[in-house]
Amino acid sequence: MFGIYRKILTTGVLTEKFARKKRATQQVALESRETGIDELGKKLQATIDKRFAGSLHIRQVDAGSCNGCELEIHALNNVYYDIERFGVHFVASPRHADVLLVTGPVSRNMEAALRRTYEATANPKWVIAVGDCGACGGEFGVSYASCGAVANVIPVDAVVPGCPPTPLDLMRGILDLFSC
Amino acid sequence: MNETNELAHDVALSMEPAAHFHLELSNRGVEFQAISPSPLLPTQFLEVAKPGDWGKVASVAKDQAWRWVAGWAEDEGNLFSVSVCLELQGTYLVLRTRTDGGNPFLPSHAPYFVSANRPERHMRDMFGIKFTGHPDPRRWTRHQAWDSETYPLRHAFPKEGQSPGQTPPDKDYPFFKVEGHGVFEIPVGPVHAGIIEPGHFRFHAVGETLLNLEERLCYVHKGIEKIAEGRTAESLARLAGRVSGDTTVGHAFAACLAMERAAGLEVPLRASFIRGLLVELERVINHLWDMAAICNDVAFAFAYYQFGRLRELWLRDNQALFGHRLLMDRIVPGGVNVDVTLESSERITKSIKFLRRELSELVTIHDQNSSLEDRLVAAGHLRVEDAQTLGALGFVGRSSGQSFDVRKDAPYSPYDQLEVTVPVENQGDVASRFWVRYKELWVALKLIEQLLEKMPDGEIATPWVSPPPDAEGLGLVEGWRGEILSYVRFGEDGKISRYYPRDPSIVNWPALEKLVLGNIVPDFPVCNKSVNGSYSGNDL
Ligand code: SF4
Repeated sequence: MFGIYRKILTTGVLTEKFARKKRATQQVALESRETGIDELGKKLQATIDKRFAGSLHIRQVDAGSCNGCELEIHALNNVYYDIERFGVHFVASPRHADVLLVTGPVSRNMEAALRRTYEATANPKWVIAVGDCGACGGEFGVSYASCGAVANVIPVDAVVPGCPPTPLDLMRGILDLFSC
Repeated sequence: MNETNELAHDVALSMEPAAHFHLELSNRGVEFQAISPSPLLPTQFLEVAKPGDWGKVASVAKDQAWRWVAGWAEDEGNLFSVSVCLELQGTYLVLRTRTDGGNPFLPSHAPYFVSANRPERHMRDMFGIKFTGHPDPRRWTRHQAWDSETYPLRHAFPKEGQSPGQTPPDKDYPFFKVEGHGVFEIPVGPVHAGIIEPGHFRFHAVGETLLNLEERLCYVHKGIEKIAEGRTAESLARLAGRVSGDTTVGHAFAACLAMERAAGLEVPLRASFIRGLLVELERVINHLWDMAAICNDVAFAFAYYQFGRLRELWLRDNQALFGHRLLMDRIVPGGVNVDVTLESSERITKSIKFLRRELSELVTIHDQNSSLEDRLVAAGHLRVEDAQTLGALGFVGRSSGQSFDVRKDAPYSPYDQLEVTVPVENQGDVASRFWVRYKELWVALKLIEQLLEKMPDGEIATPWVSPPPDAEGLGLVEGWRGEILSYVRFGEDGKISRYYPRDPSIVNWPALEKLVLGNIVPDFPVCNKSVNGSYSGNDL
């Protein structure tokens, strides 16, 4: 038990907003300066505070991705990005979601499930298409098995290109959606 | 054992596996031709003359304890060819036969090998080849995107498909039924409650205890095999890197190896070393992530964040040193497009040192945590015999006594110059799959050090030269999930005419159906995570 506490204490807070804090390792301190999370996060939080009473709920839907995009969406929740602190929360049901974060070219086998997920999401709702695949079909394009871009199946409000987009790209994408 | 049997046994032991196989085929009256030199070197190759003998071939393979690695078909106009790759003691052997294009059918291998079950259903859906004696007549890859009378991988089928309207939901799939007092059914998916890939699980439970699990996959079928056709070598490497995003290096490596073998191209040694380095980096990142996720699924958030933190550092190293966090598109036909400098080598060495220190510290905490042990030990038990029957690969196999590792048992460059240790356990539970990953992580770190230390000077790529039409190649590499097979055939103008990638997930998914039985429903997530099959890699 004490081991856990000790490790938590010595690891310190690595979340990159708090750049003032002394870090557990030099290596980490070096890294954090390279990223721009701090500034981006402030903007994101201000937007979410203003438009969503401090809390934005996202439902992620993989509609056919290669799973690369999912890895980077997951990374948003690691200690460095910790997107929850800006009020962004990933939820388990489309019924609870403000935003659908959709990856992949939409495979034909997922088409109906994606439409249904969209319908199950309460209004007002927004859709962000993630990755080159979500944006335009990417490497997979349109075929007998793939509908290509997310916009070919449900209305899309914003697009985050990249293969896969980095966590920072994703944060920027969410911000872009609400700052226009 | 009687005397003749004993004699046969001795002969078998002293013989090379493929020769022994040939001998037994002849004994059973199977007409075949062992093609030499094999078009799929270094893999051996033989053609079975009569499609009717195909079942007999499987029965011989089964008797001799070959492992059924993969199967794929090709449309040859008036005929369909079906190829199967087998492995025994590190010897790979490809068998091929042909069946009539008008009414294609073959005896099934599934009665002999569980691992042939879904691949044959896939071939049936994609080519319309019937496998007689197959225990499961239901469709697999086909949902509702094309109808039962058309077959996407036949040449006549247009790439863009035939039914342009909305795809209806796949609601009438005939799931297995379990009935009886107190049995209830839990349908889950395809959209899951988390940031994960889609797939459907049908559970049957009594109270909390799982009686049966049936997987219904292929929701993310993107037509990878079809859209590979007509690509250039370079473009195929990109596509291969997206068969399963978490295995982008592994699949690109296997596909490039297959293409280079088809073209008879020798890759510079330095390029091979860098490829090895990239594969091991991918292993480190994914194992850290899986260890994090396993802990998360039993609510040990501390370890989830700790392992996740370490993983992020390695992702950032990747970005800084090789220009991509997941290392996509770094392996190209002929070599690699990133070099390793002295600085990058120093940075990696530093990261290794740091990771080792952190891991040792974390693992002590892990070890002392009895509640973690309580959840992981004995959960999701896969018996050694079952793992063998299934041909389970990677950490799933190695936690249940299956030691096979391509890097060690059928080494390819750069592993033919390195020392690979393969951790094997017999416990077969979630805890064991965690610990095998942990041990493999340490092995990977050691390999990275060896690779950096022994890195030869020289070019990092050799110019790509397209092979003549019909050239084919087979690449086999050990990805982080286990053995990856990649089959490639070229057509006119150096364009790809056939690509079939076999992700280890295709073999390992059925293991999940077995190992959850008798567990409680709430333990399913952690059981699933401990196997961590790729949906995309399975569905293609
Ligand atoms: S954009 Fe790239 S990483 Fe994302 S699903 Fe498509 S291929 Fe995979």
